[in-house]
Amino acid sequence: MHEWSLAEAVISTVIEASKGEGLEEITKIKVKIGELQQVDTEIFKFALDEIAKDQGTSLLRTMKIEIRTEKAIFRCRVCKNEWTFDDLFDIDEDKLEAIHFAPEVAHVYVRCPLCKSPDFEVVQGRGVLIDSIKGIGTGKETKGR
Amino acid sequence: MGMVIDPRLNIIDKRLYSIKRLIGVSGGKGGVGKSLIATVLALTLSRLGYHVGLLDLDLSAPSAHVILGIESVYPKEEKGIVPPVVHGIEFMSIVYFTGDGPAPFRGIDISNAMLELLAITRWGSLDFLIVDMPPGIGDAMMDVIRWMKRVEFLIVTTPSKVALETVKKVIKLLTELKFPIIGVIENMKIRESSLVKDELKKVAVPILGEIGFDMKIEDSIGDVNKLLESCFAVEMREIVLKSPEFKLQLK
Ligand SMILES: Nc1ncnc2c1ncn2[C@@H]1O[C@H](COP(=O)(O)OP(=O)(O)OP(=O)(O)O)[C@@H](O)[C@H]1O
Ligand SMILES: [Mg+2]
Ligand SMILES: [Zn+2]
Repeated sequence: MHEWSLAEAVISTVIEASKGEGLEEITKIKVKIGELQQVDTEIFKFALDEIAKDQGTSLLRTMKIEIRTEKAIFRCRVCKNEWTFDDLFDIDEDKLEAIHFAPEVAHVYVRCPLCKSPDFEVVQGRGVLIDSIKGIGTGKETKGR
Repeated sequence: MGMVIDPRLNIIDKRLYSIKRLIGVSGGKGGVGKSLIATVLALTLSRLGYHVGLLDLDLSAPSAHVILGIESVYPKEEKGIVPPVVHGIEFMSIVYFTGDGPAPFRGIDISNAMLELLAITRWGSLDFLIVDMPPGIGDAMMDVIRWMKRVEFLIVTTPSKVALETVKKVIKLLTELKFPIIGVIENMKIRESSLVKDELKKVAVPILGEIGFDMKIEDSIGDVNKLLESCFAVEMREIVLKSPEFKLQLK
């Protein structure tokens, strides 16, 4: 599953970042995932836990993972109309799977519901972001936004 | 940590770690033969016994699958995406996901799509990853430079002042940024002319060789065996074999 490769990216980034911050134990990470990624959060969470375990490091032993899905909002560049995923009716499974792998291909399958333009921007709800990493370091507690 | 981090950026180096050499096939202008050269180069190296991948980064106008004649092939999902092996090469293209629909991408979409593809594609152990690039200095080139730090470039031009004008700029930029340039291939040569040699005298980039205009190439597009027997491929193979820049250790 493609969730696993994103999870692997998250864990590897967290480990890297913790080095820079001098963290000895990461207590919590917050991950934001765009709805456009069409990620199965159950699988994603499971993958994150498994990959964290596999690292065999005490750094991640007590790490809690909070996942937040950000709703996708599209805005038409031509008529300025805004819409969400829920407004799209004509998207079948195959198209959703393609979008899941490469979210930008939404431009192939999604049209502005008002003026039918494919020229829209994804205002929010794409990509994967690590919002914050909290941990116990050499004396200091670091906290994200 | 007070910063929002995109974890996909972090994983790209790891995804490319098992690849010995990354070669971006680039050029100043459109239609000079980059895709044909990238594809035939990949096939040639593969037939010489190397493990080769081909990545089509022309996201708006992918062509390598047409040259390879690929139909109904799909990548496997396995903790990421494993590119299918077609005609002996690991092949990755956005076309698996766009099908034959047009992809009206803006620059930001190109960057995002590229980031996603680089982050999720799990290449095998490769001697070469050949990257087919869109023309000129655009989003794809800037992103390849930004994210594929070990990339070397193979530059394609035709013997035309029009093409060379931009090729020189591409070479200048890559030289300024200290990216290695394997060399220049002069494609679609129809008559003797020293134009390319003269024009590139001032830049320290080897001209690897020339490929003549192949009247019959169109009949071989989509048929790999025919393609490899074409005059085009024979000339490409000669260039690969005689250029020390490819550092081949023939098996
Ligand atoms: N040496 C050659 N002889 C004859 N035809 C050629 C030769 N090289 C390329 N072609 C043909 O020229 C056309 C353009 O080639 P190709 O698509 O490889 O160019 P490109 O540089 O990748 O274009 P783009 O910039 O649009 O990506 C194709 O139809 C190809 O088959
Ligand atoms: Mg091309
Ligand atoms: Zn609209």
